[in-house]
Amino acid sequence: MTSARTRENRSGWLLVSPSLTVVALVVLLPFALVVVFGFSEVRLVDIPFLGTEPIEWSLDNFRRAAASRAFWGALWTTVLYAGLTSAGSLAVGLVLALALRRPFRGRGLVRALLLVPYVLPVVAAATIWKTLLNPQYGLVNAFGRAYLGWDTPVGFLSTTSADVWGVPVPVALLVVVLFDVWKSAPLAFLFLTARLQSVPGEIEEAAALDGANRRQILRFVLLPQLRAVALLLLLLRFIWSFQTFDDVYLLTEGAGSTQVMAIQVYTELVTKADIGSAAAFGLLMSLILGVLLVGYVLLSRRAGES
Amino acid sequence: MSGVRPTRAARAGRAVVVAVALLWSLGPVAYGVVLAVRPFGEVTRDPLGLPSTLDLSAFATAMRDEADGGFGLGRFVLNSLGVALGTVVLSVAVCVLGAYAAARLRYRGRALTNGIILAVYLFPGIVLAVPKFVILSRLGLTGSLAGLLVVYVAATVPVALYMMRNFFLALPASVEEAALMDGCTLGQLLVRVVLPIAVPGVVATAIYVFMIAWNEYFYALLFLVQHRDLWTAPLGIAQLGDFQVPVTVLLAGSIAVTVPVVIIFFLAQRYIVSGLVQGAER
Repeated sequence: MTSARTRENRSGWLLVSPSLTVVALVVLLPFALVVVFGFSEVRLVDIPFLGTEPIEWSLDNFRRAAASRAFWGALWTTVLYAGLTSAGSLAVGLVLALALRRPFRGRGLVRALLLVPYVLPVVAAATIWKTLLNPQYGLVNAFGRAYLGWDTPVGFLSTTSADVWGVPVPVALLVVVLFDVWKSAPLAFLFLTARLQSVPGEIEEAAALDGANRRQILRFVLLPQLRAVALLLLLLRFIWSFQTFDDVYLLTEGAGSTQVMAIQVYTELVTKADIGSAAAFGLLMSLILGVLLVGYVLLSRRAGES
Repeated sequence: MSGVRPTRAARAGRAVVVAVALLWSLGPVAYGVVLAVRPFGEVTRDPLGLPSTLDLSAFATAMRDEADGGFGLGRFVLNSLGVALGTVVLSVAVCVLGAYAAARLRYRGRALTNGIILAVYLFPGIVLAVPKFVILSRLGLTGSLAGLLVVYVAATVPVALYMMRNFFLALPASVEEAALMDGCTLGQLLVRVVLPIAVPGVVATAIYVFMIAWNEYFYALLFLVQHRDLWTAPLGIAQLGDFQVPVTVLLAGSIAVTVPVVIIFFLAQRYIVSGLVQGAER
């Protein structure tokens, strides 16, 4: 008995060791380094000498970040962007999942087609959207000028703020949010559909027999069943959107006040050639994400128990 | 299904929602396809028009080498293909073993490794971009496709571990138990029993990993932006957008790189979806 135990123990470690080695090399080691960089003065030109000179520890990177408008501006933009995106993609996903809940002819095909924006390479999607919104020949501006009486084309991807009936609207940021909702709502739809399918039909029938109308069934039977997975989706999407680089950079390159944190990290690293500062920005980001991740783990535990 | 029959109004409402949803999801894609087959001059003259003729020259121009007056997308596609296939092979080979052990074997420290798998899956990747860039440029690997391969394996191992563990957990353990009773060794068990029944899961994971590597943009930009001959397809399309390249050519290129992923995704859709949403079904 003990020998079988030992054998299973040994084979377990044998099998996981390649995975753990890779994880250690590509996650744990870089994480240790990002901490070192964040607390020291390193620039791109120092790379050839790394490891040959002693590290000078300092808190300057964090002090500078805390004092810079760029950091706080990017943080606010990112929170707004991630918040709107997660709410939007959950809402769209929910509408789709409820609309496609009952079988009808062609449902499988419709479901598959709705996944296209999620599968599309982000570069292709961004190219299409940029063309769609182009001030010279884009469909939206052409339509607006031909039928909606727009006097001048709208620079959707470069306008920080525009007054719509006297209310200032952050145009470029909203476009980027819309793009991300477009791309990510299908995933929310998939998760919600999976959850809806496991709601036993009898509950609904019982409610209907008790005289509940459709709205009441939705409100008191279906939505409570979805609450746990909806919360998880909201949090997951927020965590993912919080670190988005591709979507925003490809659409605006940070123009029109869409400088999110990930673009800020990229700018510190590539444009300013300041490794220490980029690392500090990244660490502050992961601090916020860490709190959210703890929330995610607690939530998924609770969802698992119920 | 459920005994609550939809009313006629509810059915009409659903039809409207479905139509709007399809327009919203596919409209932009259809627009991209339509523009890719129109001559550029016609697009700027009449942005709202439909194609008068089917002009496929943009696809050829996008794909041809720069020497032939094209934009070299064919080469970028080959670069992408090489890196993506390499990523799939390495990532899946590493993960299939680890995921199996994490799902099935009761070794000491199992809870810990399972915790690590989840933590790594959820870990914000952007934070590690800075140290990865530094390590690889210290090793002289930024500016090479090999460096990109390392980063892609790193980025996909967590997802692959997570997905494949879910697949193994969903398989019945009884067959393996029976094989062990019959005196099968672990190696025989893996090759003869586990792998054959795990094929759908492995294929789905491989496709998902391929898609991640094929679509990746950030690291390609960070590593290779100055090496035009090494550009991957996404980087190439994004970079050409900054040059004076006709938008019809860009869209043709975008569609050309999209079609393969969309097709293979739909072939394996059922498995990928179940691997991703596992845990939401409770």
